[in-house]
Amino acid sequence: MKNFFLIFQKELRSYFNSPIAFVVITIFLIISGYFFYNIFATFSTISFQAMTNAILARQYGQLNITEMVVRPFFANISLFMLIMLPMLTMRIFSEEKKSGTIELLLTYPVKDSEVILGKFAGCMGIFTIMILLTLPCIFLIELFGEPELGVVVSGYVGLFCMGAAFISLGIFASSVTENQIVAAVVSFGFLLIFFMMGYSAGFASESIGDVLKYLSFMPHMYNSFAKGVLDTEDIMYYMLFTLFCIFLNMRSLESKRWRG
Amino acid sequence: MIEVENLTKKYGNARGINDVTFTVEKGEILGFLGPNGAGKTTTMRIITCFMPATSGKARVAGFDVFEDSLEVRKRIGYLPESVPLYTDMQVPVYLEFVGGLKGVDRREIKSRVGQVMDDCGLNGVAKKFIGELSKGYRQRVGLAQALINDPEVLILDEPTIGLDPKQIIEIRSLIKGLGGRRTVILSTHILPEVSMTCQRVIIINEGRLVAVDTPQNLTAQLQRSQQFIVRIGGPEKEVLSEVGKINTVSKVAVKESGADGINSYMVEFKKDSDGGKDIPPVIVRKNWALYEMRPIGMSLEDIFIKLVTEEKIH
Ligand SMILES: Nc1ncnc2c1ncn2[C@@H]1O[C@H](COP(=O)(O)OP(=O)(O)OP(=O)(O)O)[C@@H](O)[C@H]1O
Ligand SMILES: [Mg+2]
Repeated sequence: MKNFFLIFQKELRSYFNSPIAFVVITIFLIISGYFFYNIFATFSTISFQAMTNAILARQYGQLNITEMVVRPFFANISLFMLIMLPMLTMRIFSEEKKSGTIELLLTYPVKDSEVILGKFAGCMGIFTIMILLTLPCIFLIELFGEPELGVVVSGYVGLFCMGAAFISLGIFASSVTENQIVAAVVSFGFLLIFFMMGYSAGFASESIGDVLKYLSFMPHMYNSFAKGVLDTEDIMYYMLFTLFCIFLNMRSLESKRWRG
Repeated sequence: MIEVENLTKKYGNARGINDVTFTVEKGEILGFLGPNGAGKTTTMRIITCFMPATSGKARVAGFDVFEDSLEVRKRIGYLPESVPLYTDMQVPVYLEFVGGLKGVDRREIKSRVGQVMDDCGLNGVAKKFIGELSKGYRQRVGLAQALINDPEVLILDEPTIGLDPKQIIEIRSLIKGLGGRRTVILSTHILPEVSMTCQRVIIINEGRLVAVDTPQNLTAQLQRSQQFIVRIGGPEKEVLSEVGKINTVSKVAVKESGADGINSYMVEFKKDSDGGKDIPPVIVRKNWALYEMRPIGMSLEDIFIKLVTEEKIH
């Protein structure tokens, strides 16, 4: 436990000692803010038109800030995470392999699981800071309308779980190569595949289609952001995904020991 | 303290080390000598549990490096050859981190860090990031992290490389001071270092053990396969043939031909023959004049070269 905490602390520190965390978080916030502004502006334009024009208002039906702003906001953020998180995770093991520091790390009396979980937690820390910094957008929405609190909370919990899944996959990718670019491309590619897998469900037979749909991120994401309550099934999905990646990661460190 | 039995490591089909066996007693300082690519680093990486052997066993303090890896790692301080350090950390912060991982008590860690920083001469760079340090200072930080938990066993892969002469002397005496309490294996290319710090030497070449002995014995033993410079006044042809006939002599040649028939000859004796005594009788019998006769001492360097090129001692 102490070792886990030491590695967690060191990992967080090294994010802040390098420009990576700063750059990734800043760019992420700029993009999220920009998209949020556009969604919000569209919504207010439509609301304004509906206020002044009775026919239009009837056409739009019920104008719902949760439906039209909050949900797209989360959907966008999940997409940016897909692009940004591999940038955070790519260095985690690759850098240690390249610089050789892994030789010392693996000869300290530390369990592989402590190393992996410590690094995982460190990255989750940065990621948590990153998504919490989008909260001002929610306050803005709160100022102008009454979004459903349940949707906001389940949206953030959904993002958090999804982030855990993305990060665990990214760290695993980073543990199989000493090249950071390769790690980033591999994790981005696999995330994208898991993201899109549900699409092919339409062409596949029903049973395979169901499996594909279950494995894909998409339906789970949709659930997290659409309903006010989080499905335990979705949380289970993300947890299993994360655990599986961490398991693979343990194997890959072990094989590093085997092959030398 | 350290037992290595028939250790073999193959990298794919390439040779790493082959059937290496040795033991190190508690409190002993063992020097590991060998030319580039001999397998020193490979052996050390196996003992430190960084990678497993293809076959054979290694035990540290009775624990198998593969079965009880964690127990072994608790007892070892390791300085890898390339001195890999986290460049984005400050020196004391780094040492505290390593100390924590190596199980140094939280309350003692500050004083322990202060202690190793003193020992390794790091007080001048306490504010710097490791990435800003020169090679020699990084080496010192590497040594400091190996010493931080005062481990029973130290494995140092070329510990004095890149240090300035003053620091080399300090580090050597530091290592020497560790002997007795701590078991040390150090690899090096610097031969005087071995005779200065180590009680025993292992010479390894192309993955195989070539010799295990004390530096003094190695020197003594190899000096017996002597070469002599002999200055004899007598007809050159006859001297060459007569001396060549002595059955302990393996080779004789003119080293330097002087005026009035007094030449210097280089006489090489067969190994372990102690043949120096066979020359004077011949000279006396032939009634030549003997002006000089002296053995050519071999330095540890010569011995090393001889061992790794001959490869058939023992
Ligand atoms: N990771 C590796 N993959 C393949 N072969 C390797 C690897 N590491 C070492 N070798 C090979 O194993 C042999 C022994 O190498 P090792 O690094 O142990 O030598 P060394 O005695 O430490 O040499 P040096 O004095 O140059 O440090 C060499 O032939 C080397 O090419
Ligand atoms: Mg080496």
